[in-house]
Amino acid sequence: MSAVIRARDLGKRYGRRWALSDCTLDVPAGHVVGLVGPNGAGKTTLLNLAAGQLTPTTGDIEVLGGRPASGAGQLARVGFVAQDTPTYAGFTVAEHLRLGARLNPRWDDALARDRIARLGLDPGARAGKLSGGQRAQLALTLGIAKRPELLILDEPVAALDPLARREFLQGLLEATAEHGLSVVLSSHLLSDVERACDYLIVLVDSRVRVAGEVDDLLAAHHRLTGPRRDPARLPSGQDVVTASHTDRQSTLVVRADGPIHDPAWTVARLTLEDLVLAYLDSGGQTGRPALEVLR
Amino acid sequence: MDLGMIEFHLDAGSGVSPYQQIVRQVRQACRLGMLREGDQLPTVKEVVAHLAINPNTVLKAYRELERDGIVSPRPGVGTFVTATLADGSLAAHEPLRRELRGWLDRARRAGLDDESIEALFRTTFRSAAAEDVA
Amino acid sequence: MIWLAWRQFRVHAALTAGALAALALYVALTGPGLADAYARGSAGCGGEEACVRFAQTFFLDHQLSFTALSVLVLVLPGVIGLFWGAPLISRELEAGTHRLVWNQSVTRGRWLATRLSLGGVAAALTSGLAVALVSWWSEPLQRAAPQHARMEPLLFGVRGVVPFAYALLAFLLGVAVGTVLRRPLPAMAVTLAVFTAVQIAVPLVVRPHLLPSTTVEARFTPGNLRGIFSEGPGEPVQLEMSKPAGAWTLAEQTIDGSGTVVKGVDVSLDEGPCAPQGSPPAPSAQCFEMIDRLGYRQRTTYLTADRFWPLQGIETGLYLLVSAGLAGFTFFWLRRRIS
Repeated sequence: MSAVIRARDLGKRYGRRWALSDCTLDVPAGHVVGLVGPNGAGKTTLLNLAAGQLTPTTGDIEVLGGRPASGAGQLARVGFVAQDTPTYAGFTVAEHLRLGARLNPRWDDALARDRIARLGLDPGARAGKLSGGQRAQLALTLGIAKRPELLILDEPVAALDPLARREFLQGLLEATAEHGLSVVLSSHLLSDVERACDYLIVLVDSRVRVAGEVDDLLAAHHRLTGPRRDPARLPSGQDVVTASHTDRQSTLVVRADGPIHDPAWTVARLTLEDLVLAYLDSGGQTGRPALEVLR
Repeated sequence: MDLGMIEFHLDAGSGVSPYQQIVRQVRQACRLGMLREGDQLPTVKEVVAHLAINPNTVLKAYRELERDGIVSPRPGVGTFVTATLADGSLAAHEPLRRELRGWLDRARRAGLDDESIEALFRTTFRSAAAEDVA
Repeated sequence: MIWLAWRQFRVHAALTAGALAALALYVALTGPGLADAYARGSAGCGGEEACVRFAQTFFLDHQLSFTALSVLVLVLPGVIGLFWGAPLISRELEAGTHRLVWNQSVTRGRWLATRLSLGGVAAALTSGLAVALVSWWSEPLQRAAPQHARMEPLLFGVRGVVPFAYALLAFLLGVAVGTVLRRPLPAMAVTLAVFTAVQIAVPLVVRPHLLPSTTVEARFTPGNLRGIFSEGPGEPVQLEMSKPAGAWTLAEQTIDGSGTVVKGVDVSLDEGPCAPQGSPPAPSAQCFEMIDRLGYRQRTTYLTADRFWPLQGIETGLYLLVSAGLAGFTFFWLRRRIS
């Protein structure tokens, strides 16, 4: 499967601070990809680099085989809904659609109008008067009606209430089903990621800790509980993600190629949230990474 | 939204992946006779719009059901139930339920609370399943 | 893209069009009357002295409007820089809308080019129109008061073609400052400060050196002496010479026989030949002889009236060059430094 985003040793520096460094990544096409990680891991920087809003300091990044924002053609193929879903406060909803129509050669006006009508947005209303959820939906409409091959969303639902969040994701996923576009979205909300995404990338300290199809990841990870033992003595093919011990008991999160047969272990499945937290935990040598988990 | 014969729901805290939840719900509905041969499953787009769930998840669930011979897709129309799991076993449900109720009564009389009953059922179920595999 | 640029500019455009219409209305209503009054007055004033008096009165009667309109044209570029230039990019950056518009299928470069073109053309047009209206209206007044020549620093900046270059520069300065500061209010303040500094510094420091100036040393004669005065008892006695018509005087000094610059001349106004006599009081012929004998001459450095258009051309070119530099800088900054 071809990669929609391909990054090699990608780095971005602001002054003396590296927002992203040594990031190597392949995001396959045809997925809704969830990019998760603690604050400051470089998610926003990575997505902005992919959208061509930033230029890399080191390394390189290819999106759909081209350099991000290298021209109008490349811009047309990639949609980007930025954090806080900005819109022009003084423009009406209809004017935003007109903006989209004027600036995008592949604009799907019927789709845009239909979406606005179904959302119940008044085309004459100014964007500044819309609720956060409505504004996000307007920004999403612009992103979808542009008919990109890849849609990138940076924390699109972070500021929304649960109902607006659900409606936003419904709209996004419906468009994904209808137009077969690839989606990469970053989110703090693991429950949303679990529903919406079928591919997961965990980014910690700008490094990819784990990436893969969600179902494969869930199938390959287990929580083992049993009498205390040295995690280094596990059979090959079982990699320890995290380990914690009491005097008598060991609890391990392992990634295993096959089923766990050792009868000494009590084997439990992990939820996506457990899995992500396990990787964030293991990656946090320099203090505990903060991950918001909202349900 | 009217999704036809069956409406899916997801339990985020179940620990079961969304695609498996859909597979189970279809199997369950077939087993209980709620879905019969010829019934149409909701389209991928309908499920996606209803549940705010990844389309690939629905596709994956439908493909697994197809592999198991429970449903089959008709291109351009939708996915239809081709087999019903209820056939022979539905008749056996009633006597089994009576036995289970009797067992539950005995368990209560023996002093087990709901939690203990559930734990006992689950561990027995799992060890039996493990023996079957082995 | 033009639609978007226009949509974002239309409120400014409407306000400006309204202001220009008001100015045009004022000029149209009062201009012909003014020209007519001057033509009739200067034709029917009779003697030379009466005509001078008419011209003086005529100018004084309309000085307020003249000054107000000149100041209007003078500050117009600054206003354009302040209200069009400074917020153009900074408001987008502040509201985050740049991240919306830069993700449509239009490159940043084209987006900026379109917005700068529209704003730049509008700035040049606005300023050109205002200059044309005010210049036409002021014409009889400037003929009545030749001392207000268009070479004079303040009038130079509100006549000819330089105002449109000022407007362009102010606009692009505002855009560049806004792009760097990323917030409209500080950008407006800095733009105003910098552009005002430019408007003050250019006539003082730059313009005098753009073209070679003429320096003459002349003897004082009854024909060219404009005044002989002292600011009080014991203060040096100073001499003033009339200037070449329409020229811009850069420096004026009185020198003695050895060529040294002096603060005053060594003559007395209280007694002797230079004490005022007659009516109106004027120095006697002996006074001029005495000044001449002492070797006093006036050294004047000036740019003549015929240098107006070359000077306008050079200054316009200079401003356009700086404007192009600012536009280039904005392109660079927008491409490389902003997300």
